Amino acid sequence: MNRELKRVTIVILAMFAALFVSVTTIQFFSADALANDARNARTINASYSKQRGPILVAGQPIAQSVPSNDQYKYQRTYTNGPLYSAVTGYFTLDQGTTGIESAMNQELSGTSDSQFLSQLNSIVTGQNPQGASVELTIDPKVQQAAYDALGSLKGAVIAVDPKTGRILAMVSKPDYDPNILAVHDTDKVISTYNDLLNNANSPLINRTLDGDLDPPGSTFKIVTSSTALQAAGLSADYQLPNLDGYPLPGSSSIVHNAGGGTCGPGATVSIQTAFVLSCNIPMAELGVQIGRQKLTDMAKAYGYTTSFDSPIPVEASQFPNIGDDAQLALSSFGQASVRSSPMQIVEQSMAVANGGVIMQPNLVDSVRAPDLTVLKQFEAKTLQTPITSITASTLSSWMVEAVDSGAATNARIDGVKVAGKTGTAENGAGDPYTLWFTGFAPADNPQVAVAVVVQNGGGLGESGTGNDVAAPIAKKVLEAVLNK
Amino acid sequence: MADPGVMTIVNSVQPATGLRPPRRIRVPEKLRNLELFLLLFSCAINAGAVVMVQLGALGSIDVGQLVLLGAGLSILVIGAHTALRFVAPNADPFILPIATLLNGIGIAEIYRIDIEMNQTGWDSTAVRQVVWSALAIAIALAVIVALRNHRVLQRYTYVFMVISGILLLLPILPGIGKEVYGARVWIGIGPLSFQPGEVAKIALAIFFAGYLVSRRDSLSFVGHKFLGMRFPRARDLGPILVIWAASMGVIIFQHDLGTALLYFGLFVVMIYVATARLSWVILGVGLFLAGALVASQVLTYVNDRFSNWLNPFAQSTYDEIGGSYQLVQGLFGLANGGLIGTGLGGGQPSITPLAQSDYIVASLGEELGMAGLFAILSLYLLFIARGLRISFSGTDDFSRLLGIGLTFVIALQCFIVVGGVTRVIPLTGLTTPFLAAGGSSLVANWMIVALLLRLSDTVRNQPRLVV
Repeated sequence: MNRELKRVTIVILAMFAALFVSVTTIQFFSADALANDARNARTINASYSKQRGPILVAGQPIAQSVPSNDQYKYQRTYTNGPLYSAVTGYFTLDQGTTGIESAMNQELSGTSDSQFLSQLNSIVTGQNPQGASVELTIDPKVQQAAYDALGSLKGAVIAVDPKTGRILAMVSKPDYDPNILAVHDTDKVISTYNDLLNNANSPLINRTLDGDLDPPGSTFKIVTSSTALQAAGLSADYQLPNLDGYPLPGSSSIVHNAGGGTCGPGATVSIQTAFVLSCNIPMAELGVQIGRQKLTDMAKAYGYTTSFDSPIPVEASQFPNIGDDAQLALSSFGQASVRSSPMQIVEQSMAVANGGVIMQPNLVDSVRAPDLTVLKQFEAKTLQTPITSITASTLSSWMVEAVDSGAATNARIDGVKVAGKTGTAENGAGDPYTLWFTGFAPADNPQVAVAVVVQNGGGLGESGTGNDVAAPIAKKVLEAVLNK
Repeated sequence: MADPGVMTIVNSVQPATGLRPPRRIRVPEKLRNLELFLLLFSCAINAGAVVMVQLGALGSIDVGQLVLLGAGLSILVIGAHTALRFVAPNADPFILPIATLLNGIGIAEIYRIDIEMNQTGWDSTAVRQVVWSALAIAIALAVIVALRNHRVLQRYTYVFMVISGILLLLPILPGIGKEVYGARVWIGIGPLSFQPGEVAKIALAIFFAGYLVSRRDSLSFVGHKFLGMRFPRARDLGPILVIWAASMGVIIFQHDLGTALLYFGLFVVMIYVATARLSWVILGVGLFLAGALVASQVLTYVNDRFSNWLNPFAQSTYDEIGGSYQLVQGLFGLANGGLIGTGLGGGQPSITPLAQSDYIVASLGEELGMAGLFAILSLYLLFIARGLRISFSGTDDFSRLLGIGLTFVIALQCFIVVGGVTRVIPLTGLTTPFLAAGGSSLVANWMIVALLLRLSDTVRNQPRLVV
């Protein structure tokens, strides 16, 4: 009987060996896969129960998790929610996340690779795990100035340090209060979200880098002029026929200068004058002369058709393939199918301001663990180099002239050399204009580049201009940076 | 007195002084002192577990609950230990501490889930579990005191057959039978409910042992040789067919796959040990697989169990009623525990249905992690090893068969439950011995403890019989 008992013993050992193997498989080898299953309520609950890290501006939290008395343990709250809504985005329990809350989610929730050791440490010591804090590059004074300057207009403002790419202000209007989406009542969140989503003014969209992009209008003349000076090798003095009406090639439509008439006196006009006075006809003629290939290449060198992470993903601005010379002529002054985000437009000024080099715009200064050790530190890096420093300095002097005595005079600041370019873009017959301004200051040692877009004509339909509406907003933002 | 042969060896290696009496190999006081030491250790761990639960889930110590849940069980088992000093001084010293530790960890985890589900007072499953533990330990003591020699049981072989038959039939009877979660394995009298099948496994083990001892000759030596193995005659197939039919009856009428597997596995192992014929195992396994295969085609709930097992993560299986929701949630819980667990009170075990009873292993795995589950499985293995040791050292065939029967039933039940939860085999509803919430399970398993203690005591008091 002992032999049989031994065999039964072996069977029992085999059964338990199977259990040891299965337990190891589930709790060790498959644990991550099981934790990542979308149906795993424990993973979802755990993400709420952990204290999410704060988002800081100049050391002060603009978003933070404070203890709450319900099952989720923490409540996300936003200080000055509407002011920073374009930057922070919102954080809901289970209805999605946007902005920095989404782009830096791994760091804020403490699940990024660089936080693995501290997570392990908090398990062993039994402390509540905590996410990292994210310090932004935003300057609260500039942000507030941009927010106030834009007022109740529908549009966006972005200000960037052209030497480093640090984003100083990012405002999109209409805004919303992220606090109302952070409540723990899912039904309420869904109804609030649907209200915001169905709002005709789309407050949830960050207009600085996303949404239905706008035609750039005359701000695109920076790209066209760059092509002429650099790729086509033309001089600033290159003369173009000075007409009071330009028939589009192969079409019966006539292009006019803004305000009608010719571009200043004389039978011909230089590229420089056309730029400073922001005339459409010479730019259309110039575009057709330099050709679609060179213009397309330059647009792409300026960043059109590529997206990047700021770390909020930036939608690529559009410069579709040009079919004929009529489209080429219209594209040369930022109409036809060209569509730009304010981020794209500010990059154009950044290239001119920084000797031809666009530094990648970035919102995050540093990421710090709960014990304040730095996990990540912002480092400036080059995004694109569309033009040479010679071209940049030529364009810079034209933009200064535009503000001094050209089409962008409302951006003038006493005692400061401001460089600027306006844009007044058409959106189709009868639709309100899109009003633009982009520029930088001081022109000889740029500290800030700015782009302002005002949609819906700034409430003025087809009568407002970039210089009337957008330039004064940009001026206040530039002042906020320079006067501190 | 121990084996005389061993005594000789001991005497030959020791210098014969003539003055010192020959060293006694087993000293009852030493065994009981070791047991007491281990018991105190178990009780300390159990109380510590309750404290951890309170700190983890409540954030403060609730002294009243700590005394009730921690000290309650401790007093009971120390009482049982004291009784053993008088009625079974030679009993195995490890069995009682291991059972105590498992029972106590179970109570702590059940208490933890009570806290999560806001159940207090008489609604608290942990309080009821302590009361059931008291009753179970009292019954176990009664068994040890009343049964001074387990061989008496052999006389009542057929009485136990009748008892096990009645216990199995009870839940099907209208009036007292109850259906819970689709399985008809409960009886209810007033507010009390009981799973007679749990106790039936003991009656069956005694019946099998008595029956097989008396019939082993005809079952093992006569038969036809086929494929190098001696297969039994058709007329000797009676018993295995009856047991098989009874197991199939449990599957069909009570909807309880796990219990059927438990009973049938018990019988196959015991007949193999009794007859030394592998052909019985092959016949048995073949019969059961054939039955299960047919059942999986005919019975929806068996079919569901198989598809849940094979493909638990498919959305359709997951959403279905009777689908893999519980299995998958249990796996999520185990994964949440990982290597070292969330700590007692730190997990969310109550997300999984039946977290206190059928899924107590997943709950413990979540909070104590892989390390904790390994420790618990090792405790079971240690318990089983003691049972096997008792069976090996049995002085007669009935003792050895009863020993292996009682031991194997615990081992198989662990395998069916833990294997079901961890997807080694299809999930079936059985309780984890000692850990799971449930009075019938506690009473039955503590009765097994009593029988194993009695067996070990008798074995150590009797000179080996040559059979």
